[in-house]
Amino acid sequence: MREVYLDHAATTPVHPEVAEVVHAHLVDAYGNPSSLHRFGRRARSAVEQARERVARALAAEPEEIVFTSGGTEADNLAIRGVARRAGSGHIITSQIEHHAVLHTCEALETEGFAVTYLPVDAQGRVKPEDVAAAIREDTILVSIMAANNEVGTIEPLAAIGAICRRRGVLLHSDAVQAFGQLPLDVGALNVDLMSISAHKVYGPKGIGALYVRRGIRLTPLMYGGGHERRRRPGTENVPGIVGLGMATEIALRELPDRPQAMAAVRDQLIRGIGETIPDVVLNGDPVDRLPNNVNFCFRYVEGESILLALDSKGIAASSGSACTSGALEPSHVLVAMGLPHDLAQGSVRFSVGRGTTAGDIDYVLGVLGPAIDRLRKMSPLYAERAGGGPRAGGTSLEG
Amino acid sequence: MVEASAYTDKVMEHFFNPRNVGEIEDPDGVGRVGNPVCGDVMKMEIKVKDGRIADIKFMTFGCGAAIATSSIVTEMVKGKTLEEAMAVDNRQVASALGGLPPAKLHCSNLAADALHKAIEDYRSRAKPAG
Ligand SMILES: Cc1ncc(COP(=O)(O)O)c(C=O)c1O
Ligand SMILES: [Zn+2]
Repeated sequence: MREVYLDHAATTPVHPEVAEVVHAHLVDAYGNPSSLHRFGRRARSAVEQARERVARALAAEPEEIVFTSGGTEADNLAIRGVARRAGSGHIITSQIEHHAVLHTCEALETEGFAVTYLPVDAQGRVKPEDVAAAIREDTILVSIMAANNEVGTIEPLAAIGAICRRRGVLLHSDAVQAFGQLPLDVGALNVDLMSISAHKVYGPKGIGALYVRRGIRLTPLMYGGGHERRRRPGTENVPGIVGLGMATEIALRELPDRPQAMAAVRDQLIRGIGETIPDVVLNGDPVDRLPNNVNFCFRYVEGESILLALDSKGIAASSGSACTSGALEPSHVLVAMGLPHDLAQGSVRFSVGRGTTAGDIDYVLGVLGPAIDRLRKMSPLYAERAGGGPRAGGTSLEG
Repeated sequence: MVEASAYTDKVMEHFFNPRNVGEIEDPDGVGRVGNPVCGDVMKMEIKVKDGRIADIKFMTFGCGAAIATSSIVTEMVKGKTLEEAMAVDNRQVASALGGLPPAKLHCSNLAADALHKAIEDYRSRAKPAG
């Protein structure tokens, strides 16, 4: 069966060049980077080359890069690290952050920190003026993602960075989704801490990094050896780090063209859905949007049932809602954007990747329309919808 | 196909080939449960003849489990007496599907509830007015 993977925002396939260097460092360059001998030195130089590559991609200095076990740890290290160092204070974040940020902030609330969760507009954008208004005397950190993982909206990070710099407040950004898709310059953005993850950019899972602007002191999450300038102990994940370095190098090399090519495929899917399926709503910003993200609500049907239908035809996508333990839980992102719950239940995210072709999109469009149609025909909400009867041709593409 | 799906083959089979989908013209009883704000919505309609479920149809908005449980419930009770149908519970529905993931058990509650509501609706209509 034809297989079309449109879940690149969840994770990406490892690039062959990345797999090659990971393998080489698993098998050959197995030394411990802390060892003085030649085996150790080989591993050390591989780690430091990767650090330089990641630093270059963010316009940072190598010593400002801390390798972590992924985006989640980078977010935790940034937020907990700053908070614990400060001891007390106020943190500002948004309602649409990844759970790695939201749940970290919630945990800090139980430890006595105050947290403001900023609302977003209907496109999922944080308003810079809301950030400015929320900053207090005791604000120790602002954490706003560079781009949202569910709806793809790109946040006005530069404007938020300028405000934070002016007010003397540290800014962390979860750039896990933006990395490799958007140019990121921590100096120009005035970002002090930035999280990235390898597996979203054709690298291995379980490896990521936190950019920490020089001079910022963090309390580490763990205690052990003096690795990563005492910010992250433990023998380095050399194959992972090298894989992240290579993935970063490829992403940087392709940044001038690849995102535009992906956006063309993305737009083919957005247009195709809008033209062939009635009663759909595009979620997220139509323009300021990650090149890989398509997110639609399909009225009168539920997301998981759409995913099952797609999966049976070899198509992989994902849904923000999850029908679990007692209630369908709509995505916190869509709810924050003001979507009614019943509409939010029918959301599906398609995230294209570097290998997605126009033919793949044609195939998906051929499957999706009939699948939605079939589910709507058994939906009581569709039968009872305002006006009833088959709707006069015409698509409502809102939002 | 779905490899290592959280759902049994039986669930998937009912999801892709649901039995008795649709609406009954002039039903004798209607049961509607759930609401779109908190999750799955099911509607069951029955036609009763000689104390038995002569016909039953459903419409469901919801996840794969919700659709499959609705489908199998209609199959389980068609032709059964109302008493037999009232005795069908969510456990029987789930086991008829070869089990459901724990997080999805509430969907089987809904299917049994919708059926019972339809029967109660029939019984309340059958009572003489006043
Ligand atoms: C925005 C965002 N932040 C953080 C993460 C977590 O990254 P990781 O899977 O590397 O822990 C993800 C991916 O799941 C993400 O999309
Ligand atoms: Zn359900």
